Amino acid sequence: MEIQDKHNINRRDFLKIVGISTASAAPLLSGCSSDKTDGVAAGPLGEVPTDKMTYRTSPKGEKISLLGYGCMRWPTIPAPEKGGNIIDQDAVNRLVDYAIAHGVNYFDTSPVYVQGWSEKSTGIALKRHPREKLIIATKLSNFQNWTRENSIAMYKQSLKDLQTDYIDYYLLHSIGNGGIETFRARYIDNGMLDFLIEERKAGRIRNLGFSFHGTVDVFDEVLAMHDHVHWDFVQIQLNYVDWRHASGRNVNAEYLYAELEKRSIPAIIMEPLLGGRLSNVPEHIMMRLKERTPQSSVASWAFRFAGSPEKVLTVLSGMTYMEHLQDNIRTYSPLVPLSDEEKDFLEETAQLMLKYPTVPCNDCKYCMPCPYGIDIPAILLHYNKCVNEGNLPKSQQDENYKEARRAYLVGYDRSVPKLRQASHCIGCGQCNSHCPQSIDIPKELHRIDQFVEQLKQGTL
Amino acid sequence: MLRKIRLTLAIVCFALITLLFLDFTGTIHAWFGWLAKIQFLPSLLALNVGVVIALLLLTLVLGRVYCSVICPLGVFQDVISWISGKRKKKKMRFSYSPAVTWLRYGVFVLFVVLLVAGVHAAVALLAPYSAYGRIANNLFAPLYQWGNNLLAYFAERADSYAFYSVDVWVRSVSTLVIAAITCIVVAVLAWRNGRTYCNTICPVGTLLGFVARFSLFRPMIDTEKCKNCNLCARKCKAACINIQEHTIDYSRCVACMDCLDNCKHDALHYQYAYGKKEVGKPATDASRRGFFSAVGVVAATAALHAQEKQQKALRQYQKNPNKRTDTRAELPTDKNKVEQKVDGGLADIEPKLAPERLTPLTPPGSLGIGNFAQHCTACQLCVSACPNDVLRPSTKLENLMQPEMSYERGYCRPECVKCSEVCPTGAIKLITRADKSAIQIGHAVTIHKNCIPVTDGVECGNCERHCPTKAIKMIPVDKNNPNSVKKPIVNEEKCIGCGACENLCPARPYSAIYVEGHERHREV
Repeated sequence: MEIQDKHNINRRDFLKIVGISTASAAPLLSGCSSDKTDGVAAGPLGEVPTDKMTYRTSPKGEKISLLGYGCMRWPTIPAPEKGGNIIDQDAVNRLVDYAIAHGVNYFDTSPVYVQGWSEKSTGIALKRHPREKLIIATKLSNFQNWTRENSIAMYKQSLKDLQTDYIDYYLLHSIGNGGIETFRARYIDNGMLDFLIEERKAGRIRNLGFSFHGTVDVFDEVLAMHDHVHWDFVQIQLNYVDWRHASGRNVNAEYLYAELEKRSIPAIIMEPLLGGRLSNVPEHIMMRLKERTPQSSVASWAFRFAGSPEKVLTVLSGMTYMEHLQDNIRTYSPLVPLSDEEKDFLEETAQLMLKYPTVPCNDCKYCMPCPYGIDIPAILLHYNKCVNEGNLPKSQQDENYKEARRAYLVGYDRSVPKLRQASHCIGCGQCNSHCPQSIDIPKELHRIDQFVEQLKQGTL
Repeated sequence: MLRKIRLTLAIVCFALITLLFLDFTGTIHAWFGWLAKIQFLPSLLALNVGVVIALLLLTLVLGRVYCSVICPLGVFQDVISWISGKRKKKKMRFSYSPAVTWLRYGVFVLFVVLLVAGVHAAVALLAPYSAYGRIANNLFAPLYQWGNNLLAYFAERADSYAFYSVDVWVRSVSTLVIAAITCIVVAVLAWRNGRTYCNTICPVGTLLGFVARFSLFRPMIDTEKCKNCNLCARKCKAACINIQEHTIDYSRCVACMDCLDNCKHDALHYQYAYGKKEVGKPATDASRRGFFSAVGVVAATAALHAQEKQQKALRQYQKNPNKRTDTRAELPTDKNKVEQKVDGGLADIEPKLAPERLTPLTPPGSLGIGNFAQHCTACQLCVSACPNDVLRPSTKLENLMQPEMSYERGYCRPECVKCSEVCPTGAIKLITRADKSAIQIGHAVTIHKNCIPVTDGVECGNCERHCPTKAIKMIPVDKNNPNSVKKPIVNEEKCIGCGACENLCPARPYSAIYVEGHERHREV
């Protein structure tokens, strides 16, 4: 529900981020362990623990909290006077302070996140805490212009925006998209990998690794470079669905993790929740999970799954809301690893979920902005929402056809302004190369548009 | 008692007709759409002989009850007049005044001439039901829609799909201004003197007045009992009771029955008239009513002028079409050094501008421009009903206020035949969905220089994909290179002019494909 709300807000406000709000001068809550102002945490569940976080130790001896903060979904507020939205820096500070107070120490960002404002905002929030206690990760996101000059400028800008003189974990961002040629162009031919290895030697990068989305051949080839590059870590997409049922051309996490384990390379986990698709699940999946642990959130299953493998250093979650942060802290304070029986149970759950024809969109917004103004993630999320809620009629004979039709169409107009709906997708395909889940976006949009037409014309 | 019956019926009719103009879901139409179809002028134009005869017979038997019950503009005036009468010392504010015959008949003759000559704007201006329709559509509907949108806002938060929000927008400034002026003029006249409009300007009122002179039943003064107290005349909003001579001008009496209840001496009865002879006596002097009506006409003309000026300004704006700008999100200014594609955000979408169509588009079922213009009284009922924001009142002088189609906000969707269902005048004849797919109201024309494959070099084909009749095909931009991106061509024979291509064309502000109207619609 909360995740749904977040999507609604983003969609309604025509999210265009134009700045960062000035943080108020109110006293900081940093390090305040007995933080009673967050009364939400009390109640039958008890206080959110501050000192029970599970930590993993990296080969270099860093102690890293199993919950890592993904800085891709910072909260925003409308700022009409500035012509768009701005990052709510007060809220960011509050979330960061709370996370740190409860044991989180890993923060993962990128120059492209939150329309390019994430590093700056994260930097402002983190600057208020002792640097040596933090582990900061960012990425070389040279997707558009991968000349050496531009790539180095991007790296330097990251240091500047994060207000630090070293980066703990530096990633080659999203390897695998565009095949091995793109990888070579982005990092090898321009000498950037060598440059970064030098930076590692100089101590300005403490750990060098890459994040991976894409085909298995690229993964194998890049991993084979381990002998001379020495990858300190690799960031992979791992969750109980992708473990054995990766979508599109993505690789099963079981394989990825095993390959890393073989080489003793620690793994950092992204998409443990598939952008909310593993917390906002179809009703009977929710019932199934809740029946076993009524007090735990649906999301906690996914986090326990992602945190259970020993070689996992940290599990990233882009938490926009305090409630999500608190829930995840609980799950990992401390982690109760999954039993084999529970793993089987989740595998069965994954197989059940696959029967729902959702589009594997995680709302990462890499495809955006569409030059023709389409709100791609909003269209796909609305579709998924209707799939999960059983509002995707198959024919007019369906028992709930009328209600489902209305829910789909009225909800569609609410979630996506008419001019940004799938009917306006021209199929230019510029988005496709950006999708880490390898969704054929125009194809999906045209399919959804066709479906909407059938609903409207009553020809289903 | 008679008065109460009249009041009840009038309120019900008025509320329902108003709802016809407010309800955008079509629910009210399904049940009470006939209320628009029994309006006098619309049924006359629709050549609905049965209704016309029935209305004339009704008037011949009972007097002008049409004006008191069925006509929404009449009841609207009664409402205003009733509020005005609530003021202190204004309860008995009317008095007898002779009919302004020259103006009444002058306007009537003029109206008939205009109708025959096809001066549609003027006809529409004078037609009472249409005048009310415009007031309801332009002034009341937005309030209703805002109310609806508020409910939709709460419904959304309650996870309910009971209400959905609608766009509230000004479809035509000139029609809005005319509606506002009509509303003010009629309201002022009603506030001061009751039914002045109905008895000096309204051509339907004048026509029914001819008949009502001879009505079988009518209020009659019993001279034996009458004490000349004048109470009835002071309560008569039609100002038609001359107590000095004990006569009632039945051509102006709207059979409201107010006088009956008011007589303290039981001297007034609504009864069969031909037992004892009563003759209405026409009078000749012009009163200030004439002045007010003249003001109304002048004001309306002024509004037309204002609209024309605005139209000119708009055209000038359109002659300067901006080149399509890069819509990608701009980089944060302090990051200009680093070139990067950032994630998220929404590109701006420039609003579409209407192309200048050589021939205006009229809705399927209207048979063509000629039939449409002849029959339409510009009541705006179809505009209210159009769920796709396609219909809007024309701003051209020759068919001012009559609806025409344009596709900037939506297109004429294949499943919709709402305008044809609601039209009371026969301007848009009833068609089925199957009929619609075969009626050619226009044809698409391509402007390849605007076409996205030509300007941006990317594949598109959105027009082809959405064409319901498969009239659009794609050909290579470069004749010599069959693998180059594709641009559309139109098979004019198959195109029905629905505007899906124009509306969904990504080129902005001017589409690369637009629809030209056909003077006469044909079947394909």
